[in-house]
Amino acid sequence: MIGDNRKYWYIAPALIVLALVTIYPLVHVVSLSLHRKLLIFDISRFVGLENFRFMAGDSRFWTAFWNTVYFTVVSVGLEIVLGLAIALLLNQTFRGRGMMRAIVLLPWAIPTVVSAKMWEWIYNADYGVLNYALGTEINWLGSPLWALNAAVLMDVWKTTPFVAILLLAALQDVPQDLYRAARVDGAGSAKMFQRITLPMLMPMIWVVIIFRTLDAFRVFDAVYVLTGGGPAGTSETLSIYAYNLLFQTLQFGYGSAVALSVFICVALLTLFFLRALRRSEW
Amino acid sequence: MVRQLRLYALLAAVALFCLLPLTWLLITSVKPEAELASLPPILPLNPTSIHYWTVIYESTLLRALLNSLLVAVFTTVFSLCVGALAAFALAKLRLPGAGLYLAAILSISMFPPIATISPLYIVVNALGLRDTILALVGLYSTFSLPLSVWILTSFFKAVPEELIRAARVDGCSNLQILSKVVLPVGMPGLAATFILVFIFSWNEFLLALTFSVTEASRTVPVAIALFPGLHEIPWGEISAASMIVSVPIALLVFVFQKRIVAGLTAGSVKG
Repeated sequence: MIGDNRKYWYIAPALIVLALVTIYPLVHVVSLSLHRKLLIFDISRFVGLENFRFMAGDSRFWTAFWNTVYFTVVSVGLEIVLGLAIALLLNQTFRGRGMMRAIVLLPWAIPTVVSAKMWEWIYNADYGVLNYALGTEINWLGSPLWALNAAVLMDVWKTTPFVAILLLAALQDVPQDLYRAARVDGAGSAKMFQRITLPMLMPMIWVVIIFRTLDAFRVFDAVYVLTGGGPAGTSETLSIYAYNLLFQTLQFGYGSAVALSVFICVALLTLFFLRALRRSEW
Repeated sequence: MVRQLRLYALLAAVALFCLLPLTWLLITSVKPEAELASLPPILPLNPTSIHYWTVIYESTLLRALLNSLLVAVFTTVFSLCVGALAAFALAKLRLPGAGLYLAAILSISMFPPIATISPLYIVVNALGLRDTILALVGLYSTFSLPLSVWILTSFFKAVPEELIRAARVDGCSNLQILSKVVLPVGMPGLAATFILVFIFSWNEFLLALTFSVTEASRTVPVAIALFPGLHEIPWGEISAASMIVSVPIALLVFVFQKRIVAGLTAGSVKG
């Protein structure tokens, strides 16, 4: 078996494809971000870090940045708490568990665009069922106060099931002996949750936090279809701003710089999480 | 008894939380135009299928459905083939540095697609592939590849070593071991991966929006997002179209919920 290079043939296609469609474009996007490039006028000029200097003073960029941070923190936070509650509930013994699991998976599985359109109609200021149910007349998607929160709520509805299903799987892996032993020692259910369930779930909770944070930070379709980033950019996220720069104003240089900033944020978040994880293992 | 009652009440609340918005979609899709512009009534007084017929006969939704189906099928096939080869090597061939490869592949899956979309746009344009299904298949296969490799590796690892050793003793080559032992035994993993990649490809929006210009390559999510309305937003028709594209996914979920859960779990367990 030693010196058998043929086993690399099995992994080579995957590595080549990934290099072509992800690594190469990443190098290319760095180069684009250092250019002033306008697709319509066929202008392309090397400008060094000019785009990034402009970005630092671009208030629309910072609004989008803080919108993204807010969206990520609030929606992931709510999803973890709600998801844990639902997972604990689904972990009980009851009839129709399979059915219930399928119902919970539905919001996660339907296309994001469908759920965004659906919620847009639910939030509709004039004929929306939400205003009707609450007896209010709030212009949910048209008010700077509510638009981003409306997007958060939609994301919580759509993604909490994913969190719940993963946490449920981890719950089912907790050895039942631990609970039995604790019960013999006279521990109450609150104590057992705190001393057994939560510590045993912690690794999976971390995995979910990492997955969801990185995913929420690059949010595009949910918000883009629901609010279009409006009103007046108050719900615009970084991905939407980058997309608009690239494909509405065709500024491929500056747009690439903003798009790259999403990548840099995600990379920094990953490093931060990895360090936090490593530290918590001691 | 009280405990039981409370449990079922809570379960009902969760089910309502998940189902109510979807129910509203269904209700909207069968309400005649006149009833859409007023509340109450909550339930349709004169249910109608007119929105469904309008969407089927007068919009490009059917074409989008066909596009989505083609893209999803080719993507899953390609992603599964390439993914299975790589996963086999990572799980069973004692590849030096297998853990490193897996970590690299996982970190690629964390890539925000927006970060690489401008170069991809330039390249796809230069190749003359803009507005083709081929471009979407190529991109989706790659973007779903980390998921495939990751899930399949975890399933293939569970294939007993004895089976592989026995096959080797019988003179099987690596390729034969893959096709005769690992793939059949790892079938649940393949099914789980197939469904997850299919759902990813059916639902993807950013790349589809960027690379489709006309109905020639427009997939379902883009068709719904850009649903044309003459004066006002045609909520009845949008809801009908949404129902049509969600039903296949809902069926997948109900039939394969166990596989989906297994796939999601395998995809998230740290190596």
